[in-house]
Amino acid sequence: MTRSDVQLMLDVKAGDTQSFELLLQRYRSPLVNFLYRMVRDREQAEDLAQEVFLRVYRAREDYVPSAKFTTWLFRIATNLALNSVRDNRYHKMETSIDAPVVADAEEGDEKQFELPDQHPNIERHLVEEERRKMIRRAIEKLPEKQRAAVLLHKYQELDYAEIAKILSCSESALKSLLFRAYEALRVELAPLVSRGT
Amino acid sequence: MSCERMEARIMGYVDGRLKESERAEVEKHLAGCAACRLRASEFRSVKELLGELPQIEPSAAFDTRVRARVAALPKQRSWLGWFAPSPRVAFAASMLLLATVWLGRSTNVPVIPPTDEAQIDQNLPALENYDVISDFGPLSDLPQTGPADEDQTNDAGQTQQPM
Repeated sequence: MTRSDVQLMLDVKAGDTQSFELLLQRYRSPLVNFLYRMVRDREQAEDLAQEVFLRVYRAREDYVPSAKFTTWLFRIATNLALNSVRDNRYHKMETSIDAPVVADAEEGDEKQFELPDQHPNIERHLVEEERRKMIRRAIEKLPEKQRAAVLLHKYQELDYAEIAKILSCSESALKSLLFRAYEALRVELAPLVSRGT
Repeated sequence: MSCERMEARIMGYVDGRLKESERAEVEKHLAGCAACRLRASEFRSVKELLGELPQIEPSAAFDTRVRARVAALPKQRSWLGWFAPSPRVAFAASMLLLATVWLGRSTNVPVIPPTDEAQIDQNLPALENYDVISDFGPLSDLPQTGPADEDQTNDAGQTQQPM
């Protein structure tokens, strides 16, 4: 029988390191994906995901199952990601005066990291890659809190109440945040959206 | 329902997370509002587009790094841990004790021969007043005692103080 996240965490609290291993296997990929889409840097995303697991482990003795485990987990991840994005932005502002910006430096990073796709038609592959690039950029352009809301909503499929708790806002504020994010995305992705409708 | 109120409901409608009564209300509005109908359709399309991004896989070293970092964490101890014996503290305390004993024994304290000790005991009252005597100003005003001066000593043996 599969143990719930909360049960696993309670077992970790009781000293069972094997349960921590199960949590690691369960959430390593969702966390790395979420963080990667937040910070757009593979190495940094993995470092942050490691930090999330480390914090979970460190806090095991004080763990009280008052909320869903994923709420707690993604709250830690979101806070780390938001801090990292802000730090990066500050760092970029400092360095951009002298250093030239290398276009699409992160695109190559993702290509190495993505699961390989098999495309018999090279032209179709290029079109699809162009679409993905456009979607990635549209997500990147969102303000960080809207971006986090969209990622948690779309990729983690968390419910509104849970996302609201993660982002420390009310449920109605979250709905407004998501509305604005999807409005921005539909404008940004207009060429693809019109084709899709 | 107004278009403004639709803002709070439209995502729920697209996600299929509205209650039956709310969904009926939204659909009633959409039937009469082309702008909101288009928006709902495009939100659905955006959601599908986001699904086109591939999942990424954590690197092979990810789990190993997490395990290593967890293993490197210092062991947590409760407040009762303060009372638990610690080998480092015990070692430091023993070293301090040894150092104290060694320093105490190696200090050069002069050894006084027993005969000198007896002499000192005899002169002890004089030594106690030594500071007073050595710094007693009026004594320096006394005339030098010589054979001629001995006559000035009265019968009671008291010395005449100069006026």
